[in-house]
Amino acid sequence: MLAYSLRRLLVAIPTILLLIVACFFLMHVAPGGPFTSERALPPQVLANIEARYGLDQPLWKQLWDYLYNIVVHFDFGPSFKFKDRDVNDIIAQGFPISLTYGSLSFLLATAVGVSLGIAAAIKHNSWIDYIAVGLGIAAQALPNFIMGPILILTFTLWLGWLPGGGWNGGQWQYLIMPVIALATSYMGSIARITRSSMLEVLNSNFIRTARAKGLPTRTVIWRHALKPTLLPVVSYLGPVFVYVLTGSVFVDIYFSTGGLGQAYVGSALSRDYAVLLGVTILYGALTVVVNLLTDLAYAWFDPKIRY
Amino acid sequence: MNKIIRTSLAGLLSSTIITGAAIAAGTHPETGEALADDQTFTYRILDEHSSVDPQVVEDVTGAEIVRDLFEGLMNQDEDGNLVPGAATGFTVNDSKDVYTFTLRDEAKWSNGDPVTAGDFVYAWKRAVNPELSSPYAWFMELMSIENAASIIAGEKPVDELGVKAIDDKTLEVRLSAPLPYFPQMTTHSTTFPAPQKVIEEFGDSWTKPENIVSNGAYVLTEHLPQERSVRERNEMYWDNDNTIIDKVVALVINDENVALTRYMAGELDRTEIPAGQYPRLNQEHPEEALSFPRLCNYYYTFNVSDSGPEAFKDPNVRQALSLAVDRAIITEKVKAGGEPQAFTFVPEATAGFAVPAVEMASMSQAERDELAKELLAEAGYGPDNPLSFEMVYNTDEAHKKIAVAVSQMWKQKLGVQVELANMEWKVFLEERGNQNFDLARGAWCGDYNEASTFLDLLQSDSGYNDGKYNNTRVDELLAEAKTSNDPAPLYTEVERIIAQETPVIPIYHYAGVYMMDSDVGNWPVNNVEQNWYSKNLYKLAE
Repeated sequence: MLAYSLRRLLVAIPTILLLIVACFFLMHVAPGGPFTSERALPPQVLANIEARYGLDQPLWKQLWDYLYNIVVHFDFGPSFKFKDRDVNDIIAQGFPISLTYGSLSFLLATAVGVSLGIAAAIKHNSWIDYIAVGLGIAAQALPNFIMGPILILTFTLWLGWLPGGGWNGGQWQYLIMPVIALATSYMGSIARITRSSMLEVLNSNFIRTARAKGLPTRTVIWRHALKPTLLPVVSYLGPVFVYVLTGSVFVDIYFSTGGLGQAYVGSALSRDYAVLLGVTILYGALTVVVNLLTDLAYAWFDPKIRY
Repeated sequence: MNKIIRTSLAGLLSSTIITGAAIAAGTHPETGEALADDQTFTYRILDEHSSVDPQVVEDVTGAEIVRDLFEGLMNQDEDGNLVPGAATGFTVNDSKDVYTFTLRDEAKWSNGDPVTAGDFVYAWKRAVNPELSSPYAWFMELMSIENAASIIAGEKPVDELGVKAIDDKTLEVRLSAPLPYFPQMTTHSTTFPAPQKVIEEFGDSWTKPENIVSNGAYVLTEHLPQERSVRERNEMYWDNDNTIIDKVVALVINDENVALTRYMAGELDRTEIPAGQYPRLNQEHPEEALSFPRLCNYYYTFNVSDSGPEAFKDPNVRQALSLAVDRAIITEKVKAGGEPQAFTFVPEATAGFAVPAVEMASMSQAERDELAKELLAEAGYGPDNPLSFEMVYNTDEAHKKIAVAVSQMWKQKLGVQVELANMEWKVFLEERGNQNFDLARGAWCGDYNEASTFLDLLQSDSGYNDGKYNNTRVDELLAEAKTSNDPAPLYTEVERIIAQETPVIPIYHYAGVYMMDSDVGNWPVNNVEQNWYSKNLYKLAE
């Protein structure tokens, strides 16, 4: 398993390199630059600024310097827009916030989704099943950009229970709405996948055997049915984890969380090359790592899988 | 005159009262209104500010924060008039090219150091220094400070800038040419002092809350980028005793509708009203919905350069299109925020600007439409040979609505075929800046309260003249206005030429359209530049 993990991580290096190069060139192809402004800067001022950030160098040299600084100094460069911050600062400040929202949403979506799915499958074709399926479908139809306004109107404007946005050191009142908004639609999908997977498992031969030898239903479900049920769920959870982190872009902006999403979108719009690349690399690396973890998790859920 | 006496009397009276009874008593020293215990002012900003470094900041939200943190030589009062700031006043020589400012003895930095003329010299040299490459370096050039232009271009050393500390409290500024509105320009953030020691110690991170030292009424105490920045009372500020607001919180809220919701929930004291919602809000909350004129214009610019369409080289075509725009529909139905219609490039609210009697303004819309049809026919366009062109604007809901409305007006009245194209902001700037357009949206907010801040955009070599309008007479008049004692008639003549030649179609002039908590006292609605200072505000007890 260790050898497998190492091999996967080694493959990840060229993947991320490719991502950087593609992103780097795409960024430079987009019209406008970080210092394109409404009042055209005098050429000498523009030249000074470009020299300061090395933008006067040929593209290959810029790319080389960029990679060199990352590999040797772990320095992702300065922000072109915010003079008093560099990319490392921006990520160090925004990522923990996005990670908090993302992880909480992930946990919420998984816990509620799996429970709903299992309940529905066990009580197949009963009112519990119908309610769970109904809830699941409704949740799936409510992406975060729909949930956001609904929540904020309900809990901030009408009820006045929760603050309409902000971070405030991660106080719980500030976390509730963004976490729910982010979790809802994934919760629905997880519930659906869990339910159909559980139904399939419950109809399989080894469950019939377990029942036949007189095991109580609870033991059958917890000891025998749960693990195989979760296998397809886990393969879905890997991407979901990445989605809730990157997909937090909307939530970050809508609820002004101070998370990385705002910095990411802002950097694309203002052509803050270094920030844009830095966050892209972070998300890319995260995807690679999470995919690896998902694959490793398979082995635990299904003993037939070996690495 | 009467007003001046009254103001100074009120000032005298208030300072007497302040020394007598303290503000802590809970009533406003001048008005006697009951003050709230919590003197925190919370407002929404659209986007994270670029910087709070006075010489680096380039956006309006950043400048608002800088104006609280730092204090320049002169300030503006509620009406936009010049009042003493870090300087008690200035004198000017007979040839009007040497200004001497006297600094306040009691002015201090937040670390207790005195504010000296040297701090200003350092800051101004910093602003033009190619090493800092300030995006607002051009402002120093515009101020006509001796050698500013050649220093920015790297042709002369920074030390040759025409600014000198005669002694700790006396600052001398030499101009390359007399500039009547020079003192007004010292209220701009680029000219604010900078703490040399702190900048040299911390480099680019000197503006972080833990490092920053400032000389304004407030100090930066907290900054969570993309979320909030907090400034609190500077105990060292010379006029701290008369400052009422203790704490100012700027919250970044990108979505204007979320901001409005949060305002309604009581989280904010001020937010902008989204386009079209003013009439409803004004009806429901008449005491909170504000609309007042601002120093900005909204227009379309013709590309009259070689890359532009042949049709736009004919002034008749340009004028016909301008005439056919029913500005009342845009201001009353689309924006609906109390914006004034625009027939001149310079907003009427601009100080010392006499609006010329532009013929179009006095006509009815039906007359304008009639004339537009005639002019267009004269230019050879009609049903058989319809005029067609592309119109570009940057992606935004309000810009889109206006562009759709205007293109419909042209289509219905003149049979003109317009293709609309929206572009993301940076792409838009690039295309417009390289004259890759037929007709483009434009808007400008004055950097100072004087007509030249707008009209300069139509000067042939201006960095903002994206339509490449070129009229030697206009250039001459604008050059003359720079040194004239009475530039108003010159500006009026420029506007007359513009009205005839129509290189741009003015649509409307901006209004500040806000929801403002009725507890907020003394918001400067009459300051058309909206240069507001938190130290002049207060919160009333509910």
